[in-house]
Amino acid sequence: MLSAEEWGIVGLSLKVGLVAMLATLPVAFALAYLLARGRFPGKLLVDAVIHLPLVVPPVVTGWVLLLAFAPAGPIGSWLQGWFGVSVLFRWSGAAIAAGVMALPLMVRAIRLSIEAVDRRLEGAARTLGAGRWRVFATITLPLSLPGILAGAVLGFARGLGEFGATITFVSNVPGETRTLPLAIYAALQTPGGDALVWRLSAISVALSLAALIGSELLARRAGRGLHVL
Amino acid sequence: MSFDVDVTRRLGDSEIACRFAAADGLTVLFGPSGAGKTSVLNMIAGLLRPDAGHVRVAGETLFDAGAGVDLPPERRGAGYVFQEPRLFPHLRVRANLLYGAPSDDRLAETIALLDIAGLLDRWPRSLSGGEARRVAIGRALLAEPRFLLLDEPLSSLDRARREEIMGLIERLRDGVGLPILMVTHDAAEAERLGTRIVSL
Repeated sequence: MLSAEEWGIVGLSLKVGLVAMLATLPVAFALAYLLARGRFPGKLLVDAVIHLPLVVPPVVTGWVLLLAFAPAGPIGSWLQGWFGVSVLFRWSGAAIAAGVMALPLMVRAIRLSIEAVDRRLEGAARTLGAGRWRVFATITLPLSLPGILAGAVLGFARGLGEFGATITFVSNVPGETRTLPLAIYAALQTPGGDALVWRLSAISVALSLAALIGSELLARRAGRGLHVL
Repeated sequence: MSFDVDVTRRLGDSEIACRFAAADGLTVLFGPSGAGKTSVLNMIAGLLRPDAGHVRVAGETLFDAGAGVDLPPERRGAGYVFQEPRLFPHLRVRANLLYGAPSDDRLAETIALLDIAGLLDRWPRSLSGGEARRVAIGRALLAEPRFLLLDEPLSSLDRARREEIMGLIERLRDGVGLPILMVTHDAAEAERLGTRIVSL
């Protein structure tokens, strides 16, 4: 059905999407927790900045990433100086772009699930002798877990479909940054590439559909049965 | 003195002020709905911070605005049975019971006292009101508290269950020897169970 090259594209996409999701998850959780529970000046601004990748043209996000990770950029020069690595034109750069674009969606889903945790249960746990960390680990985290998983799946799906920021940031390098959307774009511009476009598009739709349904099922689990009374 | 409480707290437009001192036994905090009885329990448990005053239980200062003492709830040793059971929905009854317990040494004894042996492997959402109430009491007792706070422990129970829980509270009052502070708006309950009654 698929050629080795096409399997390579699918495998690369899954790798980029998975790494992006796993790396973004702790950041998204920390930000979601801060927004759900924190009270600090400038919260609205933090909230807005997190949501920027959702509304700014992806090409702008990609360009900002390029500036930051370029050899002379603030993050790029640091990576070069300390680790001798650059993410430009690399799959790791594609994962960064996918992660940044997925962040707002993940933060939203996780924040909702944290806000849905009944704080009276946390109070009950405190009176039973549990300190803040134990309450977090044994009450807050498990109760918001379905929402966290749903956010992760959603972020993964978003990362799989990432196009604009990726192509701007790390270009369209076969075998390195050419994920499904970029391969479809390349095939569209190649005479006789129609069959490939069809096949890759079908795979994209199937993967996205599976992720969305998975995310929805997890979110429903979060809403069912886990509430007191 | 078992309880030496003098707290005030502003909540919205109303001001809650409560002051009493009580010796051993079961002290009933009695008053109409909305008088702030639950808020007083929350202030004693450390879940709500008083604006001023002090909370001393069994000789230990848990809160003193003047001296800057404010123990976190986990160090106050309150066995708090809330008005609604507040069982942890993601844990089975056994894990709920043992959540605050230093060990499971007293599990068998507590299960027998509360007659909940058959419930251990159940999920909280499958329990009836009376069962959940008993599990909540067991969870509070197993944490080996220094005192008990009972918030309307008989509300929303049918008559048979009320009688059962009332008997249990009498056994706790007469047997375990922990200072107990119980909130109710029911005069007959207050009359029957209270060693003394504080009106709010």
